[in-house]
Amino acid sequence: MPQTLKACTPPPYPMAPSMTPVTRFIRESAEVFTFDLAPERATPFAPGQFNMLYAFGVGEIPISISGAADAPDRLTHTIRAVGPVSAALGRLKTGDQVGLRGPFGVGWPVEEAKGFDVLLIGGGIGLAPLRPAIYWLLRNRAAYGRVGVLYGARTPDDLIFVSELEEWRKTPDFQLRVAVERAGPDWTGDVGYVTPLLSKLRYDPADAIAMICGPEVMIRATALALEDAGIADSRIFVSMERNMKCAIGHCGHCQFGPLFICKDGPVHRYDRVRDLLAYREL
Amino acid sequence: MAKADEAAAIITADGLQALLLAIRARGYRAIGPTVQNQAIVYDDIESVDDLPRGWTDEQDGGRYRLARRDDDALFGYSVGPQSWKKFLHAPKLRLWTAERDGENASVTPEPPPSDRLAFVGVRACEIRAIEIQDRVLVGDLYVDPHYKALRERALIVAVNCGKAGGTCFCVSMHAGPRVEQGFDLALTELLEGTEHIFLVETGSDEGRALLSQVPHRPASSREVEAREAVIEHTASSMGREMRSDDLNELLMSNLEHPRWDEVATRCLSCTNCTLVCPTCFCTSVEDASDLSGARAERWRRWDSCFTMDFSYIHGGSVRASAKSRYRQWMTHKLATWIDQFGSSGCVGCGRCITWCPVGIDITEEVRAIRGGDACAEDMQ
Repeated sequence: MPQTLKACTPPPYPMAPSMTPVTRFIRESAEVFTFDLAPERATPFAPGQFNMLYAFGVGEIPISISGAADAPDRLTHTIRAVGPVSAALGRLKTGDQVGLRGPFGVGWPVEEAKGFDVLLIGGGIGLAPLRPAIYWLLRNRAAYGRVGVLYGARTPDDLIFVSELEEWRKTPDFQLRVAVERAGPDWTGDVGYVTPLLSKLRYDPADAIAMICGPEVMIRATALALEDAGIADSRIFVSMERNMKCAIGHCGHCQFGPLFICKDGPVHRYDRVRDLLAYREL
Repeated sequence: MAKADEAAAIITADGLQALLLAIRARGYRAIGPTVQNQAIVYDDIESVDDLPRGWTDEQDGGRYRLARRDDDALFGYSVGPQSWKKFLHAPKLRLWTAERDGENASVTPEPPPSDRLAFVGVRACEIRAIEIQDRVLVGDLYVDPHYKALRERALIVAVNCGKAGGTCFCVSMHAGPRVEQGFDLALTELLEGTEHIFLVETGSDEGRALLSQVPHRPASSREVEAREAVIEHTASSMGREMRSDDLNELLMSNLEHPRWDEVATRCLSCTNCTLVCPTCFCTSVEDASDLSGARAERWRRWDSCFTMDFSYIHGGSVRASAKSRYRQWMTHKLATWIDQFGSSGCVGCGRCITWCPVGIDITEEVRAIRGGDACAEDMQ
């Protein structure tokens, strides 16, 4: 089963955030930034889980945790500024406070994947929710088969975690392919979508688990390509996004057919959502 | 018959007044049906004189009118536009306030209310609706502290419906009209000639304690039969009906049925159906700060899956068309609710039909989809 860590005792006021200091702020690209929060109490989480982050007086949004799960005293989030709340979070600096609720939801199946080849495919900011799983695999490398990461972005300037990508590229026994949709003359990597790059990775489809995060159209295309490549739909996992106001199954906004993205997801086994994904505007 | 019958008691109309006084004396805020703005509206009541004596309602798709009865019935209507969720799951609620001083901010949650609410005149479908909201708001890992506080202390004085409304279909949803559980006291209003009495059943220690404070006598077998006749009459005169045993499969296998396009040409996306629905629980939050930025609040308010904002994520709304929003509402209510919470989200109260400004009728929409079930046609 996918990994879940839930608070043993849910907070008495589950909608009230704890104001938490920013301890590090990094700009990843023009639109994307990363910050660490130092929660008052150690906050264990599973790779793929998310928090609700509140910008004082502005609002609250769901953001996946993008840091390592073995450091529960540090919660890292990587955010693209696309709306009022994410833009306000992007104006924070070290020492400022962010309202924190979480962690919530069901994460990546990192335990279930032990012994398997593992493919991680991220599109755009979708690499951020995958990063805790990548860290997990790297730190427990012997427990897994071959590991491959595909990452697609719009342009080279939109790439995030750039220095880490370089490290991963040099990591032995770790496959990484990065593609951009539009490239300049300086770009020597792949151009186009990530799906054609699947054929460049070495893995055994009969013995592989895949984890996908990105725009929904990319998730659909990638999952289809993985199925075509012979990976069972029950071994493909996708992280989904919907409007979310509560993260605790009460507000109703994140429903996707019978599922609540907040508590049944955000990571879903693909065979459980494939039919639903086929309907527009569900 | 059931044990409740052996304990059934009779109180008079004066006894009902005594009951209301006893409820209030025990520290409850009594809330019941009143006539306001030409509708039955749940509000604070002090005496039986506040109840809609002699009033009834006429309901149909997009139509609601109060009308005079030819008797003095106090509960002679079916259901009004409001449900008890107005009190248990407030339309607007401050969740917390926050203060900021320099770099440090702190959040203070709104304490749960300590009110003890007594709901007088709760119908079987409404009890079912409250139980459905219980499963959403206190039945899972996370608990809504405000709902829980009010719900745990609430007293329910139920009423067996003496009249089915024009849009009622609780029988189809197995949610009424007989009050079977979840009550402290259950009344059946019996009017015969000049006699005006209430048969009372008790469903809890609190209910028994209250009844003991009110003049009452045991019900005769004739009076128990009269109650059965009232319930039977109501059950057999439902204004609507809807086959409900297969709705999950029916609707989820018809997500591209042309009827969704057709209903979208009529649906105004006005959200009325979700606001009057006694089980619709969706909310949004509004964060705001004062002008200095030193103080902030979060409010929760009812929201509706019929708005564009409801499904907005960066780049646009997931459900941009009225078709998709109506489909979401109806499939959630009748189908996916069963996957999520183990029961239908519909209790057959008919409010969504009555209060739809264009009279869209959920039972008719189901019939249309059933009639033109693409899968069924394929099989023939």
